[in-house]
Amino acid sequence: MSTTTFLPPTAPSTSPMPSLHDGGASFAGRLSALRRVPVGALVSAAVVLFFVVAALAPRWLTGGDPFAIDLSAALQGPSAQHWLGTDQSGRDLYTRVVYGTRESLLIGLGATALAVGIAVVLGLASGLGARWVDGLVTRGLEVLFAFPVLLLAMLFVTIYGPSVTTQVIAVGLGTAPGYARMIRGQVLSVRTSGYVEAAHALGHSRARILRRHLLPNATRPLVAVVTLGVGQSIVWASGLAFLGLGVAPPSPEWGALLDAGRLFITHAWWLEVMPGLAIVALALASTTLGRFIQSNLEGARP
Amino acid sequence: MTTTLHDDAGPDTVRAPSPVAARLHRTGVRVLSALGVIWAAATFTFFIQALLPGDRATLLLNQLTGQIQERTAGELAPINARYGFDDPLLVQYADFITGLLRGNLGMSYQLYKPVTEVIGDQVLPTIALTFSALAVAWVIAVVFTVATVKRVPWLSSLASAIEAFAAGLPQYWLGVILLVVFALGLGAFPVVGGTGLASLVLPALTLGIPLAGFLGQTIRSEFDAALDQPFTLTARMRGMGDTQVRLRHVLRHSVLPGITLSGWAMGALFSGAVIAENIFSRPGLGKVLVTAVNSRDLPVVCGVVILVAVIYVVANLLVDLAYTLIDPRMKTA
Repeated sequence: MSTTTFLPPTAPSTSPMPSLHDGGASFAGRLSALRRVPVGALVSAAVVLFFVVAALAPRWLTGGDPFAIDLSAALQGPSAQHWLGTDQSGRDLYTRVVYGTRESLLIGLGATALAVGIAVVLGLASGLGARWVDGLVTRGLEVLFAFPVLLLAMLFVTIYGPSVTTQVIAVGLGTAPGYARMIRGQVLSVRTSGYVEAAHALGHSRARILRRHLLPNATRPLVAVVTLGVGQSIVWASGLAFLGLGVAPPSPEWGALLDAGRLFITHAWWLEVMPGLAIVALALASTTLGRFIQSNLEGARP
Repeated sequence: MTTTLHDDAGPDTVRAPSPVAARLHRTGVRVLSALGVIWAAATFTFFIQALLPGDRATLLLNQLTGQIQERTAGELAPINARYGFDDPLLVQYADFITGLLRGNLGMSYQLYKPVTEVIGDQVLPTIALTFSALAVAWVIAVVFTVATVKRVPWLSSLASAIEAFAAGLPQYWLGVILLVVFALGLGAFPVVGGTGLASLVLPALTLGIPLAGFLGQTIRSEFDAALDQPFTLTARMRGMGDTQVRLRHVLRHSVLPGITLSGWAMGALFSGAVIAENIFSRPGLGKVLVTAVNSRDLPVVCGVVILVAVIYVVANLLVDLAYTLIDPRMKTA
């Protein structure tokens, strides 16, 4: 994607080119720096921004009420009046999708935060701890990999019953092994790096090296991974809701919308396709943005 | 990949006393560790069942009668005796593991049948779906990469954008769209049920297209690198056509990581099958599982989870062992 929009450093204007890291960049300088960002990343940022606004201030994006019932307008297809159509009670689907954003995003963020939290602990213990700790954690991760995320989540729902909390915990636990393995690899590579060796040689304490060198460098790639992960977590969580094992239907949460629309699939396709479109848009945007951050972080390394 | 380490077969690569013995040893270690993973997975599901919040006998009795109430010890005693809930945990665990070795996964709380029977009745359509999806994914991914890698720049970048898009598609959404467009809109395929070949097409595409996206991404990068290899140049110098070079030389080198990915994908395909079976109302484990989760029939859920874990571990073991057959350079690894 990026190849089509790749621009060589822009032709010199009258003033010398300010660099990306230039503190006092002029507006024009910032603009030309922005032009070097691929279109895909910009579009993704716009999509993410839209959903963040929808989560924080849904009123700005729609004047309607997500629960307003209007039976005379039930099951209408997308039109100028109802952009994404209406459901069986005549509720406007666009309004519902906008109002459902907050809960869906929170589920995604919560699950990712939980997964990363577990992963950091396991990854650090495994990468820094004694050999037997490493062996234990690595084996444990191998076992967890044998459970697909969705099945593990279903196991949890069986035990604790369907709810938002179960959804967050189940998806968080299911996705944690992947992150943990990544952090372990990162810790191992940072631990043997030249600058850590140098810090040891300079006589810095273990705690200081851990805090100042290991942690920041081992967790830096997480910025990208978390961006990628939020979208994926929402996909998993709404997959669970799609099966009727998540947030219950009257809620406008995206998974609940999918669950509710399933009954009407034969004559109201938009009830299924449109909430799914919101999920896909957010997931793709977060993936593209995550990849972009990832490649820039890698580029920043010497 | 470690393949590059063994590209130059120097004298030091034949350090092992006997290649056959080394290979047997390696295979033994792999099989043992696979068994270890299966054992740990089974243990995990056992403890989840045993340490369930609330009294299991009460839960079971309430489920059978459809009531929610406290039970007297007299009511619970026969249940406890029948399922062995009163035994010490270690005895229960030993029973569970010996049962597992004999192929016994316990009784379903809801259906009053052995779990193995419940699963056995429904497993075939799911396996058929999983393997057709894998086949569909490979066909799409291979045709797509052979056709588009290192062509005109716009075509190649468009193709990799399509792959990324496909890989990010949630199965439930893709399934719904396929259902709406092809079954309801065009009437090309049956809308619900059936076990015939026609009813397999849309569910297999639902699972196969996202997997094809992932496969395509891995195959593409290898394919790209292999096109620059000296052996490709040699083949071209011999006067071989571009398509021939791609199919006969480059493709063979680039499918290896795809095979690893296929082993990994087995678990994801099974979860996907649960969703696809629900969309297309296909019989199979998906239906069993969703019903079991809704009625809190823990033994059935655990049975399916163990089965999928076993399939995943065995698939990865086979991939591991097959690697040396496909890529002779790995023999000494």
